[in-house]
Amino acid sequence: MYEFLTNLIGNEVLAWIIIAALPLFVVILPYALVAIWLERKVSAHMQDRLGPMITGWHGWLQSFADVLKLLQKEDLVPAEADKKLFNIAPALVFTASYAAFAVIPFSSGFIGSGAEIGIFFILAVSSFAVAGILMGGWASNNKYSLIGAMRAVAQIISYEIPTALVVLSMVMITGTLSLEKISAMQTGYFWNWFIFGGPEWGLTKFLLIPFMLVGFLILYMSTLAEVNRTPFDIPEAESELVGGYHTEYSGMKFAMFFLAEYANMFAVSAIVSIIFFGGYQSPVGYLGDLFGVSWLIPFEQLFWFVAKGLFFVFVQMWLRWTLPRLRVDQLMNLCWKYLIPYSIANLIIIGLISLI
Amino acid sequence: MKNPEEILELIKSNFPDFEVTFDSSMPVEPIISIDPVKIHLVAQFLKTNEELLFDSLMSLSGVDDANGTKTKEEDGTETITGGTLSVYYHLHSTSLKHKITLRTSSNRENPEIESVENIWKTADWHEREAFDMFGIIFLNHPDLRRILMPYDWEDTYPLRKDYKNPEFYHGMKVPY
Amino acid sequence: MALKTEEMILNMGPQHPSTHGVLRLELEIEGELIKNVKPHIGYLHRCFEKHAEAMTYPQVIPYTDRMDYLASMYNNFGYVVAVEKLLGIEVPERVQYIRVIMGELQRIASHQVAIGTYGLDLGAFTPFLYLFRDREKILTLFEETCGARLLYNYMWVGGLSHDIHPDFIRKTKEFVQYFRPNIQEVNNLLTFNKIFIERTANVGILPLDAAINFGMTGPNLRASGLAFDIRKEDPYSIYDRFDFDIPVGKGTVGTVGDCWDRYYVRVLEMEQSLRIIEQALDQIPEGDVQSAIPKRIKPPKGSVYTRVENPRGELGYFIISDGSTSPFRVKVRAPSFVSLSVMGELCKGHLVSDVVAILGSIDIVLGEVDR
Repeated sequence: MYEFLTNLIGNEVLAWIIIAALPLFVVILPYALVAIWLERKVSAHMQDRLGPMITGWHGWLQSFADVLKLLQKEDLVPAEADKKLFNIAPALVFTASYAAFAVIPFSSGFIGSGAEIGIFFILAVSSFAVAGILMGGWASNNKYSLIGAMRAVAQIISYEIPTALVVLSMVMITGTLSLEKISAMQTGYFWNWFIFGGPEWGLTKFLLIPFMLVGFLILYMSTLAEVNRTPFDIPEAESELVGGYHTEYSGMKFAMFFLAEYANMFAVSAIVSIIFFGGYQSPVGYLGDLFGVSWLIPFEQLFWFVAKGLFFVFVQMWLRWTLPRLRVDQLMNLCWKYLIPYSIANLIIIGLISLI
Repeated sequence: MKNPEEILELIKSNFPDFEVTFDSSMPVEPIISIDPVKIHLVAQFLKTNEELLFDSLMSLSGVDDANGTKTKEEDGTETITGGTLSVYYHLHSTSLKHKITLRTSSNRENPEIESVENIWKTADWHEREAFDMFGIIFLNHPDLRRILMPYDWEDTYPLRKDYKNPEFYHGMKVPY
Repeated sequence: MALKTEEMILNMGPQHPSTHGVLRLELEIEGELIKNVKPHIGYLHRCFEKHAEAMTYPQVIPYTDRMDYLASMYNNFGYVVAVEKLLGIEVPERVQYIRVIMGELQRIASHQVAIGTYGLDLGAFTPFLYLFRDREKILTLFEETCGARLLYNYMWVGGLSHDIHPDFIRKTKEFVQYFRPNIQEVNNLLTFNKIFIERTANVGILPLDAAINFGMTGPNLRASGLAFDIRKEDPYSIYDRFDFDIPVGKGTVGTVGDCWDRYYVRVLEMEQSLRIIEQALDQIPEGDVQSAIPKRIKPPKGSVYTRVENPRGELGYFIISDGSTSPFRVKVRAPSFVSLSVMGELCKGHLVSDVVAILGSIDIVLGEVDR
């Protein structure tokens, strides 16, 4: 991709800028707008309502209208806030979730960076958001923001442990940290996905299936907690803490927190689908193979990847509009007393099985 | 289950030197009147006596009896001097199912009534409300502050019959 | 050595999403642990009692609507029962039946809001809208009868402002049929949800003796385990003719008197109200609803304290008459006012999140707390 652009434009710096900005404008912004609209429609239909109906067909332009509104809003900074930190925080949070997209393989033809340590990079960079959240909560000089930020930090750091442990067990099986290679391994049909024991046939495949299922559940739950969605949305629990760490933010800075949340939702869904559900691999083979048009395959892969990602985003929404929220101590209980021991046990068992 | 007359007899026999009067002239409910500085003793008795067990205070209401001398002011409003402020206690027993109404009256200039807060917790906020609205001082109440009116409301009590709106509140003109 | 932490004062409200109105809670917290809770009320004080002294008896009725605005019918009901007792008049049978039907519909509507917003407080948004969808049907019934959806001024001293319309009985029966299975839906979605139980069971336990001492009534008292319902205890209107049960808290998933019990008693009460409505609809006689309304309401000198079972508990009206056309003193014993006073006691030792759960479970309406 980079080589292609360098040849096209003939200027390396410009090509870098374009390649860096491309995911933002091509993927994240449109996705976030669609996801926000989707969230409204999904919640509305779950609750016997219609949701936005005025702007465009079934209100599909609503998110654009909202972004326009947020852009025009006055940018309020509380008088007692620490202005520098207050302004940096939303950018930092957004950067963290944006950076994660750099290594996500959308299809075999579109990868920002094929870094060998992709999954490690994502884990590292997404915990960067913690700094932004704490910064925003502290700088707002608001008690609700501070409590929200403290909760968020405690929660995100705790839930990184089970996430990392599950990822570690997958790294043991695959022998690589590269998301691209993990995706490429699961080629063929859906029974080659790691949730079904991986591409290699034999006894280990069938032994692995239950532990893969456990691993998937742990990963999904802990990533859900990392992106602060219901039932783990205690950092921004609106009935207790008004808005949590972003209580004092308005206008575009608020929108950046909002975009980061939706971008994060997709990023974690993408990780889940890459590790367990074959990433961009089609479950049933490619039309491109069938008709012998090889250029069609990357586009089909993109379709499958986005479809899988959106499906998990949809499940996150579904959970949000169904479940009540946990209390902060129960959340920590769940992580330290259940998820971490289970994921360690899972790690050991998967390690033993892979020795066979 | 006891009727008010029997309850009155019980109180009279246990507190022979107290001034307890019975008012059944009102058409609907009979009322037992008790001295304001002894109300808590009677209340304690009513709550703990085996035959009465009034464990629930349904309501505690302050009332301005408006029975003093009324003087007309130049602007047409009335000022009342003398007379009494009363407090009505409506009691109920959840186990024995009987009810009784007590009344105690105190003079308007210095309305002091013993608190029953430590006997029925319900009285806590109700007494604060009666203090807020009528200026009745409940002796031995742990936290006698205004409750519905602002904490910095000046010494006027809105439910008294001769209440006049203040001219200004925090520099804002009140009557408009 | 224990770490020394500093206590923090957190002002919850007057503008806060889950204080159910304009209530300010002053929380003294250490980390997230509650040391003390002080409720500050009065933000909605509209001087009902002072107004009532300047109005004639019928003119007070619209003011009663505005106290507990989620149960306006029942506020009317309590007031007219009190004035009728003071006047000593008999009310026609049909009026009594309609009052009971309206009162019970209002109880269901009020509990729907209580249950729905309780879910909302705990982060479950969807049950709230399901219950509001059903509440809408009750409000439509009210609107068709008296023209108003929230503040009805429907019950008058000695009668009603309007008779029910010819379709009312059929439509109400349809509603009863429609709503009964939906209670089960609420149970499936919220009541027996694992997270919901985690959040509410064993939280904010109110033992029975404390509940009585604090003057708790209605569902809050029943959740602590005492089957005390004024409709049975001290029947007013015609409640002694109907067959219904009094649900009490049993500590099914936690301890008797916890938040879950207070919540679940309300769910069960909706079912009982449906039973009363069904019986009343079958027995309702023909007649004129305005024949007994006195031309001039001028009660004799005296005082009366009547209490009715409002959806939130014992709603008492203490009315003193001096023989003129307007009351000398009207004191309202508001159930929410009394329930709120127990907050400080219930919250001690819990977390900030529990304050919301406890406040929602005692189900207050600030319009009534402040009057």
